[in-house]
Amino acid sequence: MEQSWKQAKAAFAAIAVPPVAWLVLFFLIPLAVIWAYTFGENTGPVTIDFTGTFANYARALEPLYLQIFGKSLIIAGLTTVLCLIIGFPVALAIAFASPRMKAWLLLLIMLPFWTNLLIRTFALIAVLREQGYVNFALEWLWNNASGFMTLIGLQPFGDYEPLTLLYNNTAVVVGLVYVHLPFMVLPLYSALDRMDRSLMEASLDLGAGHLRTIWAVVVPLAAPGIASGVLITFIPALGAYLTPDLLGGTDSQMIANVIERQFKRANDWPFGAALSFLLMYLTFIAIAAQAFVQRKAERRG
Amino acid sequence: MSKAKFLKGASRRSMLQQFGAAAIGISFSGGLAGCGGGGGRTVNFYNWDTYIGPTTLDDFREASGATVNMSLFANNDELFARLRAGNPGFDVIVPSNEYVTRMSQAQMIQELDRTLIPNFANLAPEFQDAPFDPGRLYSVPYTWLTLGIGYRKSAVRAKGVEVPDSWGYLFDNPLFTQRIAVLSESADLIRLAAKYKGHSVNGIPEAMLSEIEQMLIRQKPHIKAFHEDDGQDLLVSGEVDVVMEYCGDIAQVMADGSDDFGWVVPREGTLINQDCLCIPVGAPNVADAHAFINYLLDAEAGKKITEEILYPTPNAAARALMPESYRNNPVIFPSAEIMAVSEYGAFEGDEKSRMYEEIFTRISAA
Repeated sequence: MEQSWKQAKAAFAAIAVPPVAWLVLFFLIPLAVIWAYTFGENTGPVTIDFTGTFANYARALEPLYLQIFGKSLIIAGLTTVLCLIIGFPVALAIAFASPRMKAWLLLLIMLPFWTNLLIRTFALIAVLREQGYVNFALEWLWNNASGFMTLIGLQPFGDYEPLTLLYNNTAVVVGLVYVHLPFMVLPLYSALDRMDRSLMEASLDLGAGHLRTIWAVVVPLAAPGIASGVLITFIPALGAYLTPDLLGGTDSQMIANVIERQFKRANDWPFGAALSFLLMYLTFIAIAAQAFVQRKAERRG
Repeated sequence: MSKAKFLKGASRRSMLQQFGAAAIGISFSGGLAGCGGGGGRTVNFYNWDTYIGPTTLDDFREASGATVNMSLFANNDELFARLRAGNPGFDVIVPSNEYVTRMSQAQMIQELDRTLIPNFANLAPEFQDAPFDPGRLYSVPYTWLTLGIGYRKSAVRAKGVEVPDSWGYLFDNPLFTQRIAVLSESADLIRLAAKYKGHSVNGIPEAMLSEIEQMLIRQKPHIKAFHEDDGQDLLVSGEVDVVMEYCGDIAQVMADGSDDFGWVVPREGTLINQDCLCIPVGAPNVADAHAFINYLLDAEAGKKITEEILYPTPNAAARALMPESYRNNPVIFPSAEIMAVSEYGAFEGDEKSRMYEEIFTRISAA
């Protein structure tokens, strides 16, 4: 039986106060301070006056920074699309696995969270660098193939040239996909797991093939899961700075790297705050879009 | 600035740097947890990683009765950001030259009482005064260091270069294309590029700045990475053959074995840095902070620190106690001719650092 919270005000207050206080103290107030900085001016090495200026936003909207925003959007978007393409079959497989297997598979998906992001990124460096495991494996294959060519009397290939897999934009996207894949798989899984299986059976009974069933029945039903997966992959990917810092080359600067440098090397907190808030406004727009998709899906359902 | 000894794969320092960067968002005004407890006298020491002798802190406790709590920072920006909103309880900090000026201007560090630091006399005469702190009111030198080029001997020889003794190999030459890494510190990069063009590292005119920007944008396709002070790792792991780094990082790699690594301070001259001991405003234990600084300048204590960290020491008395292999090591102490054309980077105001930062952002975005 559903009970309105109005009938147990005291109990509701007792439960609600700690999280609300936490949220206000440690989230909203610091956020408000940073927001106030966006209208501030540096008056000395450690002093900021809140003058209500829009100069920080004006500077943040200069072509130089818009271009970096654009590039970050492209990299985060590409990461999200790749996560969706890779994550959807994985989530589908987990949803249809036996209950015993399901628990193990979910554990595997969550396993990377047990290690710090930084450690995982350094591990990726050890895998991808010129003297890393990918190149070792390829060199082994190359040498064996080369030996085989000699064996059958053809010219051997010559020396193996290690592939450059690190310090470019591809490495950044690979790193971001690796880090964000669980964020995509988990919401997709929860949407697919709750789905009414009889609808799929009906579709198959009525003559649709497997692919058509997935495309015409499963995907629309999973739309809210896809939308939230896309959102919680896209937002952190847009704000990533550690991955482009460590895996990127001279061309891989993302907006979060610029923000970090404003707070540290440039010692320009108002401008850094303005850039951060532009990113936050973009995030709000993305959340609004997601809510719109969800509402539309619910109305249809 | 890296002081970490090279570890296989990732260095401790670069890890710390990233952890530090991640933590900064939540540590604007965090107090120092766990300090000052236990009743006894304590000195809270905020230092670079692996930048102290193995027994120095214990020796000081025995000598003075005060316990030293050491916390670590990864670079000057982290140090500055941590103290910006007020001193969270540190007694002794180790900023570099430029930051000594900046922090004294911002009234974040206090004047030292020289009568409490008699070991000041142990310093070599040229270190008893400094352009970035006239009269040494706020700082005493702890170590100094230079930027230069670390290189793989076999690889540069294969391109017909015996010693890459010019910044041009990094900034203005496609010879080592995609085998180059430079520091991602905007000011260091721009100042050394000015040095390459024959200008001082200070007071670079606007016209030259835009020339430098064009030159670095032209060179960018040949540079593999702007590294986060882990250049020695890139060199050792075979990603690059020539790299801009601090002397101590390359000295440690060379001390670790392979004969194939070399080090040179380019003939145009370089940036000298000096890490200094300072007492921040609001330090809880100023008396013991002075005693600790005095102890670090002691000849025997300085020798033990230097043996461990292998950076150049300004302490003449400690240097005299070191073996020949340290005193005359060209990696640690560049020649007099090179020193004559090298300079300290001066603090030229926040506007200038912001301008350098924007130039670096433009180069990265180009």
